[in-house]
Amino acid sequence: MAIVIRGGRLIDPANGVDEVTDLTIVDGRIAALGSAPAGAQVDEEIDARGLIVCPGLVDLNARLREPGAEHKATIASESRAAASAGITTLCVPPDTEPVVDTQAVVELIHRRAADAGMARVEVMGALTVGLKGERLAEMAALKRAGCVGVSNGLQPVTSTEVMRRAMEYAGTFDLGVFLHCEDPWLAVDRQMHGGSVSGRLGIGGIPETAETVTVARDLLLLEQTGVEGHFCHLTSTRAVTMVAEARARGLPLTAGASAYQLHLTEDDVVGFDSQCHVRPPLRSAGDRKGLRAGVRSGVIQAICSAHQPHENDAKQDPFALTEPGISGLETLLPLALDLHHEDGMGLAELLAALTSNPAKIMGVERGALGVGAVADVCIFDLNARWVLEEDTMLSQGHNSPFLGQTLRGRVMHTLLGGKVVHTWTP
Amino acid sequence: MAGLPFSQLDGAGHLRHFLTTEGLSRETLTDILDTADSFAAVGKRAIKKVPLLRGKTVVNLFFEPSTRTLTTFELAAKRLSADVMNINLKRSAAVKGESLLDTLHTLEAMHCDMFVIRHASSGAAHFIARNVAPHISVMNGGDGRHAHPSQALIDVYTIRQHKPDFSKLRVAIVGDIAHSRVARSQIRTLRALGVKEVRIVAPRTLLPPMPEALGAKVFLSLEEGLRDVDVVMMLRLQQERIQGPLLPSLHEYNACYGLTEKKLAVAKADAIVMHPGPLNRGVEIDSEVADGPRSVILQQVSHGIAIRMAVMSMILGRRDAAKEPG
Repeated sequence: MAIVIRGGRLIDPANGVDEVTDLTIVDGRIAALGSAPAGAQVDEEIDARGLIVCPGLVDLNARLREPGAEHKATIASESRAAASAGITTLCVPPDTEPVVDTQAVVELIHRRAADAGMARVEVMGALTVGLKGERLAEMAALKRAGCVGVSNGLQPVTSTEVMRRAMEYAGTFDLGVFLHCEDPWLAVDRQMHGGSVSGRLGIGGIPETAETVTVARDLLLLEQTGVEGHFCHLTSTRAVTMVAEARARGLPLTAGASAYQLHLTEDDVVGFDSQCHVRPPLRSAGDRKGLRAGVRSGVIQAICSAHQPHENDAKQDPFALTEPGISGLETLLPLALDLHHEDGMGLAELLAALTSNPAKIMGVERGALGVGAVADVCIFDLNARWVLEEDTMLSQGHNSPFLGQTLRGRVMHTLLGGKVVHTWTP
Repeated sequence: MAGLPFSQLDGAGHLRHFLTTEGLSRETLTDILDTADSFAAVGKRAIKKVPLLRGKTVVNLFFEPSTRTLTTFELAAKRLSADVMNINLKRSAAVKGESLLDTLHTLEAMHCDMFVIRHASSGAAHFIARNVAPHISVMNGGDGRHAHPSQALIDVYTIRQHKPDFSKLRVAIVGDIAHSRVARSQIRTLRALGVKEVRIVAPRTLLPPMPEALGAKVFLSLEEGLRDVDVVMMLRLQQERIQGPLLPSLHEYNACYGLTEKKLAVAKADAIVMHPGPLNRGVEIDSEVADGPRSVILQQVSHGIAIRMAVMSMILGRRDAAKEPG
């Protein structure tokens, strides 16, 4: 079984490739750059002239809601949405119901993902039992079940002793620790960034220090324990600076930002738009600038969707009473590409933040298209403009502040292990 | 990137809803005050009714307890000859798990014309206005910490009766600015009406982040904040503030920010003292001030009805008839 992708601009950041070339896939793996090897029977051709061919996108932070909240979304619905967005690997946080603190839940998620067959789903195990921040989860067992790292999701680990020991224990089994940094005391009963807009609207403000105080603590604990850490979802310029300084000291740290956080700010909450109710909160215009600079300079290595699909009712209430989160899979690529279109960031560096970097952070061999690699491929039109519409969104959650907006950059084909799982049709 | 904020004005710039004083022009605000003038007389007649809203139904939807606001909204609607229903949702369907939208749609089906909303969550009135049937108007009777626009108008109406030239006024708002919907609406209204200086006076724990962004000058000391002001607007201190880390005790708050005759001495000799009620005597205000000659607190209460009549009649489209004899 051979597929040839003809005439696309192949950008494979991990291998330093950026050239117009054919790409041949045989039996689900990359067989050759350029024409098919002599004698190979070509079963399918994809015309990629004028398009960009890159590794399938790798999203480090996407909630699929299964198990436990299937009224919001399922692994099947969301992996289909992912395929349409060029995403071939999704990493899910452990805050499902039940929590991913046993092998059984990991196996369930893997099985459902395999049944759906539209995207690979990697699982983040729990750092503490029930994410309660009290007792260590059975990380060795979680690793055996295939977890790619451990995390406490959005739940805080308030005890510094528990956090320190959890890091040490994770390090014992070579598991990276994935951190969401928000001090629970500084964020209690608050729903948006603490700044001029929260003051004006009378919505409780989460100060920047809710993030930075916890980043500072976790940086020091990571330094002491020598464990690899990934800050999943930074929101403030100050936190980016802190991580940059720690990396300069040689700590094995990486950081991520959500695509929507590179676009939206606290000003988007004016008018009480519940679609802009997210956690961690949208921060100031200065922070957005700092995050974008962080992506360009490489302090932020991964751009994630921070996908949180909701049923419509979850957003139908006064702002503070709604559930936070944006359905972000289908806007991940176009929002990220804005850094190329608007800020002039090189496509190879930008695509690295969507493919090879997150794959490396998870420690999975993906996000590259060298000969022999698994043929997870995203083929997109860099400049095609399209409008995000509720009717055509594939995610079960239609909660997006970008509905009705024109986006630039459209995924035309997605291949998962050499199989076409998405082709755009007008 | 999100859509434009929901507008409380119709295409011609007239009030369709009354949600916040933010964005209201000086003309609109003055219009409300002038209309209230014409209604103030109604309350003094033997028959305290005008037929402006006959056949209309006003529903007071209160998700938070209230006595004076609910009562004045009810009286205002009745004096305009509207039918009034008071629904206290603290005790009804809301606690049985019915969603806010379902409650709303149920009431809509009863063909009401106006909802007056009080709710503990900021933005609740906006949310409801955005989701109600098009023939229903929404008046905000206080939403979370966001806005209490009719109270702010009552306050400026009271000020205007004593000090008609706003361009020379210095006004100090004292107390829990961070949690006060009244203060937010007052600042907007005073600014829009061209008051020379609006001050906010509070300890830093009771100020919102970036307080200057509200359009007021910040004072941490009551003595400095009151110097040479024409109007002192005190805010109620919610007793629960001392249960958290915001204040050590009511006693210390009173010592630093409680208004006494002695502290008032640095204000202008003819300064007036206001409070939206209900009062915590001996906490934010001493009885000698509250009951003293400079207090206009009871006038504020009596103006509540006229202001609410004015806004209701303007929204429900009969404002010109306001001059008709009752």
